Amino acid sequence: MRQRKEGNMYNNEMKLEFISKSSNEAFARIAVAAFASQLDPTIEELADIKTAVSEAVTNSIIHGYDKKQGVVKISSWLKENEIIIEISDKGKGIENVEMAKEPLYTTKPNLERSGMGFTIMESFMDKMEVESVVGLGTKVTMSKVIKPKEDKDEDEFKMLMTNS
Amino acid sequence: MESKFYEKDKLLVLKVTSEIDDHSVQEIRRKADYEMERYMPKKVVFDFDSVTFMDSAGIGLVIGRYKFANMIGAKLGVSNLTGSVRRIFDMSGILKLIPTVELN
Ligand SMILES: Nc1ncnc2c1ncn2[C@@H]1O[C@H](COP(=O)(O)OP(=O)(O)O)[C@@H](O)[C@H]1O
Ligand SMILES: [Mg+2]
Repeated sequence: MRQRKEGNMYNNEMKLEFISKSSNEAFARIAVAAFASQLDPTIEELADIKTAVSEAVTNSIIHGYDKKQGVVKISSWLKENEIIIEISDKGKGIENVEMAKEPLYTTKPNLERSGMGFTIMESFMDKMEVESVVGLGTKVTMSKVIKPKEDKDEDEFKMLMTNS
Repeated sequence: MESKFYEKDKLLVLKVTSEIDDHSVQEIRRKADYEMERYMPKKVVFDFDSVTFMDSAGIGLVIGRYKFANMIGAKLGVSNLTGSVRRIFDMSGILKLIPTVELN
């Protein structure tokens, strides 16, 4: 059965909640990857999704909640050939989102952070939006189109043709 | 992480054998610094051949070890960057500073 989310039809939905422990980072990205695999992504597309999820979840844990304990939530929807992933925390929020998204910007250089999290999310996914309110928390929404298999086969065919 | 020290070349190879994220990186960092202090190498190479997953924590790890290597007078390089590990390294721009080397 098809459901509706913000006016869009979707085929499947999942929700996940866990406490802000860094050992849950692997759990979170593997769970989302398993859900995404229903769209039959390539290994590379799956790696992109895992990396983006890992970045957002890590941010919630180390920046959003810092050393305090809180809950990280993930919701995900599958549409025809697209995955939408929402990762949110009720942590300290971001004062200046535009600045935070700048490559190499980090507020924790002493922890050997590289400031590349948002840059990776933006380039590994098709779309990324950040909503954040200081004192209330942060929500990152990302989406990626997973090309259906026939298109991939066709691309491969074209590549073979042009290479030969 | 597996480490191997080649006395003749004063070369320390640090082969990461786990996924690299903000959680696992703490242990990798601790071991890497310990091995560098123990052997005092002239060259240190991080081998990514067995890394099946890495996020931006890997970039922080390498920059941190680059500084540590400098401190003890060693040069740092990276090896076997493929797939999305390679893309993250390219995106970070640190390969302008840290050479990729071939291990044999
Ligand atoms: N969920 C969050 N809660 C609070 N602050 C955040 C959150 N996510 C990101 N930030 C802020 O944005 C900055 C940039 O994030 P990012 O690009 O992932 O780099 P890094 O995590 O390496 O610092 C962080 O240093 C932090 O100040
Ligand atoms: Mg980050």
